[in-house]
Amino acid sequence: MSDTDIDTASHSESISALRLALLGAPNCGKTSMFNALTGGRAKVANYPGVTVEYRKGKFDLPNGQEVELLDLPGVYGDCGHSMDERVAIDAVRGNLDGERRPDAILFMMDASHIETHLHNVLQAKNYGLPIILVLNMMDMAARDGLEIDTVKLSSALGIHVITSVAVRASGRAHLLEYLQKWSKQVLSGTAKPPMGEAETLKDIQAKARLITGQSVSRIAQAETLTNRIDKIVLHPVIGLLLLFTILFVMFQAVYAWSAPAIDAIEGGFAVIANGVGTLLPDGWIKSLVTDGVITGVGAVLVFLPQIIILFAFILLLEASGYMARAAFLVDTLMAKIGLNGRAFIPLLSSFACAIPGVMAARTIENERDRLTTILISPLMTCSARWPVYFLIIGAFIPDGRVGIFNQKGLVAFGLVMAGVLVAMIMATIFKRTLTRGEATGLLIELPSYKMPVLKDYLRGLWDRGMIFINRAGRIILPASVIIWFLASYPARATTIAATYAGKVGSLIEPVLKPIGFNLEIAISLIPAMAAREVAVSSLATIYAVKEANIDQQLGSLISSQWSLPTALAFLAWFVFAPQCLSTFAIIRKETNSWKWPFFAFGYLFVLAYAAAGLTYHIARAFGL
Amino acid sequence: MTQTYISNVINLSTLPKDKMAVITGFSIQNQSLETRLREIGFAEGDHVTVKHKGLFGGNPISVSLNGALIALRKQDALAILVREMESKT
Repeated sequence: MSDTDIDTASHSESISALRLALLGAPNCGKTSMFNALTGGRAKVANYPGVTVEYRKGKFDLPNGQEVELLDLPGVYGDCGHSMDERVAIDAVRGNLDGERRPDAILFMMDASHIETHLHNVLQAKNYGLPIILVLNMMDMAARDGLEIDTVKLSSALGIHVITSVAVRASGRAHLLEYLQKWSKQVLSGTAKPPMGEAETLKDIQAKARLITGQSVSRIAQAETLTNRIDKIVLHPVIGLLLLFTILFVMFQAVYAWSAPAIDAIEGGFAVIANGVGTLLPDGWIKSLVTDGVITGVGAVLVFLPQIIILFAFILLLEASGYMARAAFLVDTLMAKIGLNGRAFIPLLSSFACAIPGVMAARTIENERDRLTTILISPLMTCSARWPVYFLIIGAFIPDGRVGIFNQKGLVAFGLVMAGVLVAMIMATIFKRTLTRGEATGLLIELPSYKMPVLKDYLRGLWDRGMIFINRAGRIILPASVIIWFLASYPARATTIAATYAGKVGSLIEPVLKPIGFNLEIAISLIPAMAAREVAVSSLATIYAVKEANIDQQLGSLISSQWSLPTALAFLAWFVFAPQCLSTFAIIRKETNSWKWPFFAFGYLFVLAYAAAGLTYHIARAFGL
Repeated sequence: MTQTYISNVINLSTLPKDKMAVITGFSIQNQSLETRLREIGFAEGDHVTVKHKGLFGGNPISVSLNGALIALRKQDALAILVREMESKT
């Protein structure tokens, strides 16, 4: 969304809408509350300058009062050590261009962590906005044996305190009831900002501890479920084995569980192509629809089940509270390459797509570490590379098992590991040259384990799936049409080399021939700049145009036409895949410079070329 | 509630696992680190226990603090000064 959209949006809002900011520490349930109140209908806002993202949604109170809600990144204190923390603080201070300052703050806090976090709300009183404290997850606090006297707490803090369980309608009733009254006071100006607090953090903390001492008591010192789970999950040896197992199962599952769904989608597209084929008269329109659109889009959409399974794991690890544990477990390994465990989270997101990964690097406080993480994130195997892997592995790697493991799954795992290994090497090199600086530590709260809210979880999965399908519509559909045209004309062409596509491809083919790539691959790599998986849809279209028999699957086609060394070189190329323009665009935005996207493209291209060349020649030397 | 200190002031990185200690202050070498430690919740008078240590060199550590669990590296834990206490249990 552009900044003009935001301007229009804020101008068109009626003056009487109450603008509330959800502020609070990470993992206190802001997003659950946001989804519950607004029904999850959110607008993601980007700001001019640095890209900054947060969600904005609307809902009506029972009395009809309209509320606009901002879901801000989690923040401790008011210093803004990392980029995303600064966004939250700038938003409540009214320092974000093009965004009106909120009228008031809903400060959310995980009730079971009130003793550690209470000073945050005292600091937030200094923002000079009307503010109330929402003590969330009261059910969990009670289970942990915590008793909170909210009347005492409220009078000691000098602000209103409401308890809630964001994920239950009954748990939000108090809040909605209070908001009806409070919104009138805020909009009429009778709700005043609270008195400011002392300046130094030490004094504020001392006051916070005094307040919790009077209003919070632990009636039982029960060992929490989180503690018991952590004995295993954070165990130095078992914990690491468990993490490795989870990652391995994740990649195996992407293969083993998706097969029936993929077959169904493939079958569906074949039926559609045949049906349309019989309806349409022979000619260019039929060719465009069946060879271009259906084949091209279908070749990518069949990978939807795999994408969904991959995200099902990542979102589950995030929502359950495991992800921060993973950061803890891998911290020492990350330290070896000059980063810290925090970088694990953006890097794991990059397995879905480098774009959210690059953006998630904002949570890294140290600028040099953030840059290093951004530069290596394209080496994580993103979901757009899976279609390529699936196609080539499916066509060239025989079925079968090695021990208990699916052979194809093992190859995929190997490719993923190759990316990770090179990323580690590159990070080590970068940290000693480009991004040299002193080591930074890890400081991260390990949240209590939570059962993910099914609705939020499914919504997250749905959003990821729709992003993939939308890409198929916006990028792959037009790309397929263009490729179909280039590969079909001039009409007198009898071979692919004589078509427009062949002419364009032959320009770069000399560069790619030494690493074993044929003309079809050369052609497919150009539109793959738009999105990596377009390589697959392009190959599908090129071969569909060329071959009379459109029923034949792409996989069996290329397995009969490519040599094994070529196929392996193509896989090696895609471990690095210096293609995706969107990745370079987001690197440009997040680093605010042209230097880094060009640098990233350059180093990835060199690596891809070298890896593909080595693979090709080694495979040939072994007589494959 | 009487409490017995059973050590002099040490830093958190040298506190043995599962032993309770009370925070007495912060070493003042690194102001920005102190701010970050305070913001995430460490303060004078708080009780802390080291719950887990990493596989490699016992790094990083996780520290239980008023029901929260916080992960940090030993070199950052150097900045937190504690005195070990007689465990209540």
